[in-house]
Amino acid sequence: MIDRIAAFGRSGLDVVSSIGRAGRFLAGALAGVPRPSVGFPLLLRQLYFVGVLSLAIVVVSGLFIGMVLGLQGYTILSDYGSEAAIGQMIALTLVRELGPVVTALLFAGRAGSALTAEIGLMKATEQLSSMEMMGVDPLRRVIAPRLWAGFIAMPILAMIFSVVGVWGGMLVGVDWLGVFEGAFWGNMQNSVDFIDDVLNGIIKSVVFGFVCAWIAVYQGYDCVPTSAGISSATTKTVVYSSLAVLGLDFVLTAVMFGDF
Amino acid sequence: MAQRTTEVIVGLFMIAGLAALLFLALQVSGLSPKSDGDRYALYANFNDTGGLAPRGKVSMAGVTIGSIRSIVLDPETFQARVELAIDAGIDNIPADSAAVIRTSGLLGDQYIDISVGGDLESLEPGDTFYSTQSAMNLERLISNFASGR
Repeated sequence: MIDRIAAFGRSGLDVVSSIGRAGRFLAGALAGVPRPSVGFPLLLRQLYFVGVLSLAIVVVSGLFIGMVLGLQGYTILSDYGSEAAIGQMIALTLVRELGPVVTALLFAGRAGSALTAEIGLMKATEQLSSMEMMGVDPLRRVIAPRLWAGFIAMPILAMIFSVVGVWGGMLVGVDWLGVFEGAFWGNMQNSVDFIDDVLNGIIKSVVFGFVCAWIAVYQGYDCVPTSAGISSATTKTVVYSSLAVLGLDFVLTAVMFGDF
Repeated sequence: MAQRTTEVIVGLFMIAGLAALLFLALQVSGLSPKSDGDRYALYANFNDTGGLAPRGKVSMAGVTIGSIRSIVLDPETFQARVELAIDAGIDNIPADSAAVIRTSGLLGDQYIDISVGGDLESLEPGDTFYSTQSAMNLERLISNFASGR
């Protein structure tokens, strides 16, 4: 019995200390921005891996989600004879919610897990410790560019997702189901506000990008340097990122769109 | 991969992001590049604005010519004072025109329709509409009818 209570307390302390480590790690990585001449090419390379290579999955999912929204919206709204409102339905759903959230989930699965595995393997093969031996700070050289790349790439991916989704919705609504195109765009433009909807969606995606990248690099950096450790760290990245994104989404939505 | 190619591809990625932002701003949210400076203010007092809201549209003959900037209560007359922002191109609204609150469709949003008068003089920026017609309140209409008033 006493053992169990002790184990419970230990695991609580473990959680708290790992949050503390994550915070210290974040401070170190953010403060340790390398000189622009060294850091910029590193950041560029990471932007390529994290952003450009995630583009395909983001574009394809955005297209399909937009098309499904168009179909579902049409089925429901045509009952009330207001098919033309699918423009505003698709745009608001994508810009406010699905754009940032689904992109963040895809990002965690596609880029986050890769970051964790890469950094974890660097740790397991002692590349990180050898960097320290050479007097290169791995936080600066390895972690900071990846963190910033996730931070920058995520809003761009989310915006592209929304645009492709709106286009997919238009494809289904206007070209296939025959909603009048003028009403589609007109309704959309009347109801979507740039600051309230678009900008708030972008703020959401910035927060998600930051959280996903932070969790991914921290899990990699903090993993047990064995093959089992790397695999469990990768799993943790995806699970924690998804939970954090969905939880934060609720909080952010309540703050941004709740009228209280 | 060569450094140069990476740079170009990441640059294209950034440009795609900017293009997406522009699309969201201009096409999806209908943000027009012309600023508020191209509009002038008119005022209208209503007894009841119903469900009228800021950012609602102002139309004339069914064409949108401006938007509602603010709705405040006048503490002296206890009427609602609505500020309208009208496109600067429409500067010859006859002075005896009326501002009428209408509903688009049965369940749609409420908007202000300006029914054109016949005066030769036109409203100047900052003027107030002389005649207005408040929102039709269906519930009040029915209760008046039911109580025989």
